[in-house]
This record gives sequence, structure tokens and C-alpha cells, in this order.
Amino acid sequence: MSTKDMHQRPRSSTRSPSDDADEFESRRQFLRSGLAVAGAAVATGAGMGAAQAQKIEVPPSNKEMGRIIDPKVYGMPSKYEAHVKRNRTDVFVNKQNWSDWSMTPLHQQPGIITPNGLFFERHHAGIPDIDPAKHVVAIHGMVKQPMKFTMDNLLRYPSMSRFHFLECSGNGLTDWKKAASSTVQQTHGLLSCAQWTGIPASWLLDAAGFDEKNAKWVLFEGADGSAHARSIPIEKVMKDAMIVYAMNGEMLRPENGYPVRLFIPGWEGNVSIKWLRRIKVSDQPWHLRSETARYTDPMPNGKWRQFSFAMECKSVITRPSGGMKMAGKGHYEIEGFAWSGNGTVTAVDVTTDGGKTWQEAALEAPVLDKCLTRFRMPWVWDGAPAKIASRAVDNTGYVQPTVADIDKVRAIVGFVQHHNGIFPWSISPEGEVKNAIA
Amino acid sequence: MRSLDISCALLGGAGALLLSTAVIAQSKPPVHYGASISEADVAALDIDIRGPDGKGLPPGKGTVADGEKIYNEQCVACHGEKAKGGSVFGAMVGGIGSFTTDKRVLTPGSMYPYAPILFDYTRRAMPMNAPQSLTNDQVYALSAYILHLNGLVPADVVMDAATLTKIEMPNRNGFIVDDRPDTKATRCQKNCP
Ligand code: HEC
Repeated sequence: MSTKDMHQRPRSSTRSPSDDADEFESRRQFLRSGLAVAGAAVATGAGMGAAQAQKIEVPPSNKEMGRIIDPKVYGMPSKYEAHVKRNRTDVFVNKQNWSDWSMTPLHQQPGIITPNGLFFERHHAGIPDIDPAKHVVAIHGMVKQPMKFTMDNLLRYPSMSRFHFLECSGNGLTDWKKAASSTVQQTHGLLSCAQWTGIPASWLLDAAGFDEKNAKWVLFEGADGSAHARSIPIEKVMKDAMIVYAMNGEMLRPENGYPVRLFIPGWEGNVSIKWLRRIKVSDQPWHLRSETARYTDPMPNGKWRQFSFAMECKSVITRPSGGMKMAGKGHYEIEGFAWSGNGTVTAVDVTTDGGKTWQEAALEAPVLDKCLTRFRMPWVWDGAPAKIASRAVDNTGYVQPTVADIDKVRAIVGFVQHHNGIFPWSISPEGEVKNAIA
Repeated sequence: MRSLDISCALLGGAGALLLSTAVIAQSKPPVHYGASISEADVAALDIDIRGPDGKGLPPGKGTVADGEKIYNEQCVACHGEKAKGGSVFGAMVGGIGSFTTDKRVLTPGSMYPYAPILFDYTRRAMPMNAPQSLTNDQVYALSAYILHLNGLVPADVVMDAATLTKIEMPNRNGFIVDDRPDTKATRCQKNCP
């Protein structure tokens, strides 16, 4: 598809939204077009002074009134953006869709914030619709005074807001040693970022007066059909865990835990219990199924690593990325995201020769603690086959490893969590961008 | 756009600065909202069971035979005959000894370090289409049945809090606590391997 085609017909508007195959093809075309257009713009810049073949006409929108302002409405994206959607996994197809997941289109996310409707999902028994007027969060166990909080109670506290990413520990589990996914949505889309609003979890523990001498772990439990629960060390709860009721300027969406959830900055998404109903303080962890049989990492000699909470420093190039097509040789801006569950991103290096040489990319402000950070690096593609990848560093000094580095110290067998390996994309002479993990 | 770019070095410093001022001082609220309750008030929600010592296991009991009957009524559709894997979920039997091979088979028998985990999970989340609908006796019976299928208890076991807690699970010592960072990558810039 040429750039000219794209200008004339940006996207099929006749296609039925329910036609998945059609939609996928259309999305692929759009991915390509996105890059094609960018390439063309730069090419024009370089060739300034060249004769203009066509006069630009006054757009018809200048010559008519637009749609009226609805008296009351929840605004939606442009109809031309209707292809931008969360997607369930194409690779790991579950046999049911209650304990399943959907992924964020990272290649279509221009800033660091994921819109609420595109925020990735992972549920264990589907999405409950909970009436906030009836919802209660109870806290008990090793406390002086068990307590319950209504939503009104929680909202009466002064609120705090923080920007943080959330990543599922299973992000990338299909693509360790063999390319299985075609797009960055499928390889990295169990990752999103939002501004979270609520109160420190420590306030509820203080309210109940926890046993400061003996209390070591806290159980958080959801009001969903899986009553999903995890044990969290009390230090982390007291340090920066939040009881969250809003994200990105509105109350949580049902799929993100409405009316209230736990949010644990920098740790695997599974611990940020949604639809929070109960908090119990104890001196030991519980060793639930979700912290033994699941959410543990295979290690050499048949062992499993347990309570591996932190999402270590990681990055990925989102543009160009899998499924896109380069619009010929020329100047491109390589862009992507970097993040660390252990702190702040301090640098990102980019390679365009498959890892032989690396160059430091620019980071775009703001660079926040445990938050998505954008990086970019200008690059002139000479039309030869290329392999591009990014490597992030955080303020603990940790450098994002390759899969080979991880393979040396863990056992990559089966569906392994905590994949923060460097992720390469290959570019063919025809400009096809493909997943190049191997 | 370009002018928004700040060099990395600069940004590192600015980011750190921003961080220290942006973090809300978590000054404690002057008063607390919420209402006092008693442990009895939260009893209906208090379903967690601690794996190692079975703390929280309720009174009640069940047999393998009862468990098989309930399983064939309420679980077999998704989990298959004798828990060998069904239309919705893979095997819940076998896998013991597979962790030192490159095909680890994860089942309650092979993976759970403590048997009470099976009670906890089944009671809180199963059957998937009607969670929290089983009685404690039923959950004991189902636990007996699934553990028996895994060869971990005899056919005539009567499962209750004490018997369940005493079972020696094969993966009891299979876990190591998080010791990351475990990789030691460096920032090679030129002539990298
Ligand atoms: C509607 C389908 C369905 C039914 C009916 C059902 N299950 Fe499940 N079961 C699942 C799914 C799906 C999972 C995996 C859920 C997850 O991991 O989030 C699961 C997981 C489990 C597990 C965890 C297995 C492991 O390897 O850790 C156990 C135990 C279990 N079920 C027991 C039962 C029992 C006992 C019944 C009957 C009372 C039952 N299930 C009925 C779908 C079902």
C-alpha cells in the first residue's frame, strides 16, 4: 500500500466492526500507513523546494456546521479511530473468556497515559458490576479494632494521585525464544499506565491500629467470582500501596476494579487486587494458589521462585514495531517506552544493527518513578535489513538483560513470567517489520 | 516537538528532583472515617486458609467417594473425567517429578506445596460458574478426591482439617524466595557480543 493510497482512503469505513479478520487486515494496513505517513513527511522535509504537484483544497468541514453539542454525553473517540482497541491474545487462546486477558495497543498510544478504555485487562472470573452504595471494605486480623469502610468513608479522606505503570507478570510469556506474536500489542500489551487516585493503604491499617510488632504480611481479597487474593509484605503496604477509586480523572472502570481496588506501584499486576472487599493483617504469608501454583517462576533444578513481585526495568520500541511497514529508505524517529518497577528510568540505548553497537536515546519528560517513560532516537534507514532493539537502565543501576542473560540464571520452560528481556524487531529490505525474538 | 526534548543527563537529574517534590507527603489524616466492627461481623467473608498450618480450615469432613460424586456433577464438564483435563481447563492430575524435565506439568498434586491450598482455592473460586456455592463438607470431599487422583491420599481417607494439613506435598520444598536482581547485564556500546 502506498502513501498516496493512504491519503485517499485512510481506512475502510464500510467494514463491519464485527468482522474480525477484516478488521485485523485493516489494522495492519493502518499500522503500515502510520509509519508510511511519517516517512513521507520527513522525505518531503528533506526535499524542500521540490515542485508541489497539487493545490491543497479547503476541507469540506470548513464549509458546514459540525455536530451539535449534546446536552449530556460521555465523549467518544473519533469514528476514524474506531480500530484502536484492546485485543484478547491471538497467540495463547484460552478455552473460556472469564479467566482471560486483553491487551493495550501500545503502538497506538502516543503519550505515557493509557486511556481507560484501552487499559489492559486480566480477570480470573470475569468482570463484576458492583454497586458502590452497597460496597464495603473490611479490615481485620492482627489489628486493635476491626473496621469497615463504605465508599463514602473512603472518599471523605483527602485524596492523592500518582502516575504509575501497571504490568502483568505474564507480559511477553508467549515470546521468549521463538517469535509467536506479530505486534507489540501482543508481545507487550499487558502493560498500561495511568494516573491513579485514592488514599495510602497505610491509612486504613493505621485506622484499625495494626499490631506493629508482629504484623508482617497483609492479605488483600477481591469481591469478584474468584475472590482473588494475595499476601503482601506489610513494609510495601505501608510504603506506597494505594487504595484506589479513580484513574485518569474518572472513577475506575468495572474491568479495572470499580468501585475500589488495591494498587501496588512497580509490582506485578496480579497483586493489585481489584474490587477490593477485605484486608487481613497477619504475621505470615498465606501461600495461596496464586502465589505458589501460579505467579511463581521456574528456576533451575526443578525449583520455583516465589514472591517475585517487582517488575524489573524493561523497554520496547513501539515504532517501528511488528506489523508495520517502512515507507522506503530515509529518516525515521525510533520511539518506544521504558519503565522500571524498581524506580526511575535513567537511560535507554537503541541498536539498529542487532546489538553490535548501541546509542543513547533521548528521554521525554516527565520521567517519573515506576511510570512509563518515552524515548526516541532519530535514525536514517538505508534500506538494508536491520534489527532494532532498546535497552533500558534504571536508577538502581540495573541494565535490562537479553533473553540469553535471563536464560543463564532461570529456567525458561513453558509459559514463563517476568520477561523483561531486550526485544528486537527485524526490518526486511521491503520494509516489513517483524518480531525477531529468537 | 524537538524543543521538548531534554538531554538524558539533564532529565535524569530533573526526574529525580521532580520525584522528591511530587510525592505527596503522606501526612496522616487528622481523623479516621469508617466504622468499628467485630471479627464476628466479617465471618462470612473470612474464607482465607493459611497453607502451611491450615489456619482457617473450617469444621467438616468428606470422603473420596462423596468427592467423586460431586465432581461428576459439578466439575467434570470443564475439568474432564478423573480431572485429566476437559473442555475448559487442563489436567489436575499428574506432573509429579516433571519439574526437572523441560516440560513441567503444573497440577495441584505436582505444584501445591501445602494441601490446604486446594481447599482454599476450591472454596473461593470453584465451580467457576457458581463460586462460593459449595458447603465445607463438599469442599473436603472434593479435596479428598482430587488428592486421591494424584496418588497423595488413600481411597478410604476421611478428609478434615487435621488430615488435610498433614499431607506431605511433593513440592513442599520446591520454592525459593525472590532473590533478584539475578542478571548482570552491562551497557556495552561498541563491539558488543
Ligand atoms: C465453568 C468451567 C469450570 C467448572 C464447572 C469448574 N472449574 Fe475449576 N477451573 C476452571 C478454570 C477456567 C480454572 C483456571 C482458573 C484460573 O486459573 O484463573 C479452574 C481451576 C481449578 C483449580 C485449580 C487447578 C490448578 O492447577 O491449580 C481447581 C483445583 C479447580 N478448578 C477445581 C474445580 C472443582 C472442584 C470444580 C467443581 C466443584 C470445578 N473446578 C468446576 C473452570 C471450571
